[in-house]
Amino acid sequence: MHARRHFAALASIAIGLTAFPAFAQESAAPMVPGSGSTADHSKFEILQKQFTSGPEVTEACLSCHTEADDQVMHSIHFEWEFENGATGQVLGKSKVINAFCGNVAGNEPRCTSCHAGYGWDDMASPPPQQSSAVDCLVCHDQSGQYAKLATGAGHPPLGEVPGEPVKGQTITGEPAWAVDLMKSAQSVGMPTRDNCGQCHFYGGGGDNVKHGDLSSALYDPDIHTDVHMSKDGANMVCSDCHTEDSHNWAGSRYLLDAKDEIGLGHPGEERFTASCESCHSTAPHEGSLMSIKLNDHTDKVACQTCHIPEFARGGVATKTWWDWSTAGRLNEVGQPIAEHNFTQSDGKELHTYLSTKGDFDWGENVTPYYAWFNGAVEYTLPEEEIDPSQVVEINKVLGTPDGDDSRIWPFKRMEGRQSYDAGNNKLAYSHVWGPTTDTAFWTNFDWGKAIEAGMKAAGSEYSGEYGFIDTYMYWPITHMVAPASEAMDCVECHAEDGRLVGLAGVVMPGTNPNSIVGRLGQILVLLTALGVIGHGALRLIAGKKGGHS
Amino acid sequence: MGKRLVKVYPRFERLWHWTQVLLIMVLMFTGLRVSGVHTLIPFGPAVMLHTLAALALLVVWIFATFWLFTTGVWRQFLPKVEGMLATARYYAFGIFKGEEPPYKKQYWRKHNPLQAATYFGLKWFVFPAIWVSGIIYLSYNFWDSGSDSTVVLEVVRNIHLLAAYVVMAFVIAHVYLLTTGHGFREHVKPMVTGYEEIDLTPEQEAYFEANTPDRLKPLEPAE
Repeated sequence: MHARRHFAALASIAIGLTAFPAFAQESAAPMVPGSGSTADHSKFEILQKQFTSGPEVTEACLSCHTEADDQVMHSIHFEWEFENGATGQVLGKSKVINAFCGNVAGNEPRCTSCHAGYGWDDMASPPPQQSSAVDCLVCHDQSGQYAKLATGAGHPPLGEVPGEPVKGQTITGEPAWAVDLMKSAQSVGMPTRDNCGQCHFYGGGGDNVKHGDLSSALYDPDIHTDVHMSKDGANMVCSDCHTEDSHNWAGSRYLLDAKDEIGLGHPGEERFTASCESCHSTAPHEGSLMSIKLNDHTDKVACQTCHIPEFARGGVATKTWWDWSTAGRLNEVGQPIAEHNFTQSDGKELHTYLSTKGDFDWGENVTPYYAWFNGAVEYTLPEEEIDPSQVVEINKVLGTPDGDDSRIWPFKRMEGRQSYDAGNNKLAYSHVWGPTTDTAFWTNFDWGKAIEAGMKAAGSEYSGEYGFIDTYMYWPITHMVAPASEAMDCVECHAEDGRLVGLAGVVMPGTNPNSIVGRLGQILVLLTALGVIGHGALRLIAGKKGGHS
Repeated sequence: MGKRLVKVYPRFERLWHWTQVLLIMVLMFTGLRVSGVHTLIPFGPAVMLHTLAALALLVVWIFATFWLFTTGVWRQFLPKVEGMLATARYYAFGIFKGEEPPYKKQYWRKHNPLQAATYFGLKWFVFPAIWVSGIIYLSYNFWDSGSDSTVVLEVVRNIHLLAAYVVMAFVIAHVYLLTTGHGFREHVKPMVTGYEEIDLTPEQEAYFEANTPDRLKPLEPAE
C-alpha cells in the first residue's frame, strides 16, 4: 500500500518534470492564428486606407464597435469630471487647480493634448460630443508609433510621409514625427504600458514630475523597481490591476479603495477595484509564524506602506518642490534662462530653475509622507476661501486616526509656492501657455496679465491683486511595489525615530521605551538593583556572609 | 535527629527550573528589544524569538502546573504568616550581625515564609498577568474588532510590560539572595544535583530509608 503510494508520488513528480520541456516546445511552435483575439484588424478592409485624421480612424472603429464612443464619453478619461460621492465635490482635470501647472482653463490645446479625444480647445464648454471625437488609438494602438502632439488638443502629429519628423513635440516631450494612422489602426489590441504611460508617466509636464510612482521607468522596469510590471516579475500591464467595465477603469486618485476588506471575494467573483487585496487577499502573508504577525498589520497599515519603501525608484526623479513665485527672472538681454543643478542617477541633468516655471527640487528614492487615509480626497476648490498665512493644502487626504475605514498610507507630499488672488483669498487661475497671446506667462513673463487672463478664461472673479502662498499637495503612492524581500524592515517604524512617529491611533512597540509604564517598570528594577547592592555592601562592611557562620 | 543529603529537587523540578531560567532570559532580552530599550538584535527576529520562547514557556508551565498538583508539591508554595516577621527581621538586621537565619529548611517546606509569599505572588498574580496579557497581545488578529481594540491592546500591552519588569526585579533579588547563607555555589548546587542537606528527625529518616530510599544519599562509610 505504502509502496504504491510512494510510486504514485514519484511518478507524478517525474511527469511534472517532463511536462516543463513539453510546454516549452509548445510555445516555440508557430502561434495559433489570432492568438489572444479572434480578429486580425489588418484584414479589415475598412482599415486598409490612408487616413488623414484621428477622427477618421475613430469613425472606422465605430462601424463595428458601435457602443465604444458612448462608453468612452462617459468615462473620466473623456469627461475630465468626477463627482466624489464621499465629499460631494465635483473634481476632475476640468475643475481643480493643482500644485503643478495649475489649471487647464486658458491653456487648453496644451493641457488637452492628453485628453482621450480630439479637439477639446475650450474648457468653458464640455468636451466635443460627436462620436468621432473619441481617440481610440491612444489606448489601443500597438504599432508603437502613434503619438499625440503636445499642443494639438489631442490630435496626433501628421505629415506627408509617415515616420518623417514634423514640427512640434509629442506629449512625452520627444520631437514629433508624422504618425502612420493606417498602421496604427491595423495594429489595435488591448492597452499596454506604452499606451497608458505616454500620458500618465508624464503628468505635470515631464517624466514622473507629478506622481512620483509613475514614470517611464515602468515601461520596462527591473524587478527592484516594480515586482508586478517587471519582465522578471509578473510582467503585468496597468489594466491587469485597473480592471475595466465598459471603458470605465477601477482605481482613482480622488476616491480610492483604501481599506479593502472583501479581498478575493467569492470564487469567480469579479472585483471592480484596483486594490492589492483583490488579488492578494486580506491575509496576504503565508507560511510562517512571522506571517501571522504581519497579517496583524493589515487592518491599520496599507500594503503600500511596507511594500513601497521609497518612490521615484528605477532611475527617474520626481519633482518635490515647485516655487512659481520666482518664475519670470530673465537674463541681461531679456531672454528666459534655465539652470540644471540636479543630476539624476542616470547622469541626466534636470532643470532646477526655468524662467517659465520657477525653482524646483527633485528627488529619487524618496521616503514617503504617511497619513491615515480612508480613500477620499478633498480639494481646495478654486471658489473656496483660503488662509494665505498658512500652508494651503491643495488637497486633503481624509481619514481618522485608527478610524475603522482608514489605514496608514504613503504619499508623495508635493511642496511649493503658487499664485492666489490676494483680494479674494482664493487660488488663482493662470494663463501660462499661449505662444500667440500677449498675456500668457510663458511668453510674456508678467504674472499680473497671466493671472488676469487665467481668471477670465475660467470665468472666475478676480480682485486684481495677486500673491503667492505655500502649498502642499498629496499623491497616494501605490505603484512601484518592491519584491517582498525588499519590503520595509520592521525597524523603519518600530523605533523611537521611526517613520510613523506622530501618527496617533496605533499600538507600536519599540517607539517609546520610556513610556510611563515603561519608566515605572525600569524604576522598580533600578530600586531592586540598588536595594540588592546596598544590602550586599552592608553585609560586606559587617564582614559577615550572614547565617550558618 | 541528623543531617542527611535528601533529594529535594527531583529531576523534573530541576529541568523545569533551568528551562524556565533559559526561557525567561531569552524573553527578557528580546522583550527589552521589542519595547525599544536596546537594539542589539533586529526587531523582527526579536519578536519571533520572543513569541517562540513564550510559547515554549507556556508548555513548560502547563507541565509544571500538572506536576505541582498531582504530586502535592503545590503546598510548598502556600504562604504562611507565621515566621514571616522573624524572617523579614533577619534579612533587614540579623544578617549583618551574622545571626543564624530563623528558619531551617525542611523536607516538606523548602521555602522560608518570605520566599513562599514571594512565590505565591509570582505564581498567582505576576505570571498569570504576563502570560494572559501575552496571549491576548499575540492573538490580536483573532479578537480585534476595529478601532475600539486599539485601546484594549494598549492596556494589555502595558500590563504585559509592567509584569515583565516585576519579573525582572524578582530575578535580580532571587540571584542576589543565592549569595547569602552558605553562599552562591552552595545555593545553586541542589538545583543542579537535586540533593540538599536537610535536618531529619529519626522518624523521618526511618521513613525515607524504608519507603523512598532513592531520595536519601547513602551515608559515607565511616572512615
